[in-house]
Amino acid sequence: MSKTVNIPIGPVHPALKEPVRFTIEVEGEKVVGADYEVGYVHRGIEWAGMRQNPIKTIHLSERICGICAFCHPLCFVQAIEEIGDVEVPERAEYIRVITAELERIHSHMLWAGVAAHEIGFDSILNLTWNIREKVMDIVEYITGNRVTYGMLQIGGVRRNITEKQYPKIREATQYYRELLDKIEDVFLRDPTIRMRSRDVGILTKKRALELCAVGPTARASGVPKDVRQDFPYIAYPDLDVKAIMPEEPIGDVYDRIFVRIREIGQSADIIEQCLDQMEPGPILAEQNVAKLLADLQNFEGEAVGRAEAPRGEVFHYVRMNKNEAPLSWKARAPTYNNVQTWPDMIVGEELADVPIIVASIDPCVSCTDRVTLIKDGKEEIVTGEQLHKLSVLKTKRVMRR
Amino acid sequence: MIKNAFKRALWVYHINTGGCNGCDIEIIAALTPRYDAERFGIKLVGSPRHADVLLVTGPVTAKMEDKLKRVYEQTPDPKVVIAVGNCGASTGVFHNSYSIRGPIDKIIPVDVYVPGCPPRPEAIIHGIAKAWEKLEGKK
Ligand code: SF4
Repeated sequence: MSKTVNIPIGPVHPALKEPVRFTIEVEGEKVVGADYEVGYVHRGIEWAGMRQNPIKTIHLSERICGICAFCHPLCFVQAIEEIGDVEVPERAEYIRVITAELERIHSHMLWAGVAAHEIGFDSILNLTWNIREKVMDIVEYITGNRVTYGMLQIGGVRRNITEKQYPKIREATQYYRELLDKIEDVFLRDPTIRMRSRDVGILTKKRALELCAVGPTARASGVPKDVRQDFPYIAYPDLDVKAIMPEEPIGDVYDRIFVRIREIGQSADIIEQCLDQMEPGPILAEQNVAKLLADLQNFEGEAVGRAEAPRGEVFHYVRMNKNEAPLSWKARAPTYNNVQTWPDMIVGEELADVPIIVASIDPCVSCTDRVTLIKDGKEEIVTGEQLHKLSVLKTKRVMRR
Repeated sequence: MIKNAFKRALWVYHINTGGCNGCDIEIIAALTPRYDAERFGIKLVGSPRHADVLLVTGPVTAKMEDKLKRVYEQTPDPKVVIAVGNCGASTGVFHNSYSIRGPIDKIIPVDVYVPGCPPRPEAIIHGIAKAWEKLEGKK
């Protein structure tokens, strides 16, 4: 599509993730066309997963994305459990919810920092990442690892959360609940952030439905979509979860910030509910891995696992036919749906708004790789770094107003 | 080491060649207040042309191979390359996939390996410190 010279990942700033490339057509400062190209990080994970036993694939699926390192394997094991009618102990289901919600807090905090960086507030990036370390500590405390948890096993979880650990977890949820007001002050009531995000990058409800947006991106546009509420899985049926939406959704960047910030509080509530309701009991249906492997070879059928990741619905399809390896495995990440909303949001906006709009869907591929500027019919190449500078300049401009 | 440390700030360019993000978020965590690598003068820069150190993560996918090479060529000498994470050092969990061209040292020379999937931020800072020693020796 674009005729630019292709340079690797281009700009890498503290907000970086994976490489993705954009072609944006502008007329002066206005964006008139936008396109994107992904696929730089294609690793053939599904292919590899169809050539090894599912227990190994749990660890592989954790590494589809390091930020949603719990939701992907969760979908995968749910699908396998459904195929084999594995009865998961109740305590394990609660532990799964707790880990999933801790992951949501850390992901949303991470995103909030990235969003602040995109509009030029690096101090807020550092502030939010500092606050985020608290949840990283708790994740490490209960799973033993900061990023990829290795918590899941077919039929349960691999580590228990003991009563002795409750106070520390409660302390963390309390910490976030108390900070929430301050975080809202910074993100929702700050006039500069408001000016940069209100009425910017609008995705209407109609388009959100047409493009099948998921997660906070859909909810900010007024589509009450949340797998935890619509198709409760693991222990969610026993918990009180409601899709969070702005009161009068416009579907702009501000609304997407609103939804995510509120979800931090919601996750803290859910974790506390889990701690209150959890009964002692076993955490794994089958302790013996050799026996589990033998059982897996008798599994036959197909199933779907779905979960609400921080970015939206994750969906895994697995088919087994009495073999060691699954016959077929398909994973669909939420960003796959949400990237399609980019052109809709970007067209008609100023070039300086592109970074924050791109970041506002919380893409798993977020580094604005390279942009082709079509000015007076001529092509000019802008790096993401220059684009970031434009964005920072605009923040300074609106602050002066 | 510390004596030399303040002679010159170390500029780091980070490239993800198809990893899972796990290492990348830990690299950013290493730069933010808890671990605060910036107090040692370690700074992430936006272009390989400004960098002394290349932090490479990921198992190198087919589509990223030539781009990794080009970044390496664009980085001025003297330079050091750090492979962060297991999948950069050995392709890790992705070893049997068709679209993997790595590990990194098959494509560009690597000076320091930081193992872990992902390594902790402390380990990443330690890796950069090692690279620093090497860089001082290289000059
Ligand atoms: S080493 Fe592990 S955590 Fe790091 S990018 Fe590779 S798979 Fe992800």
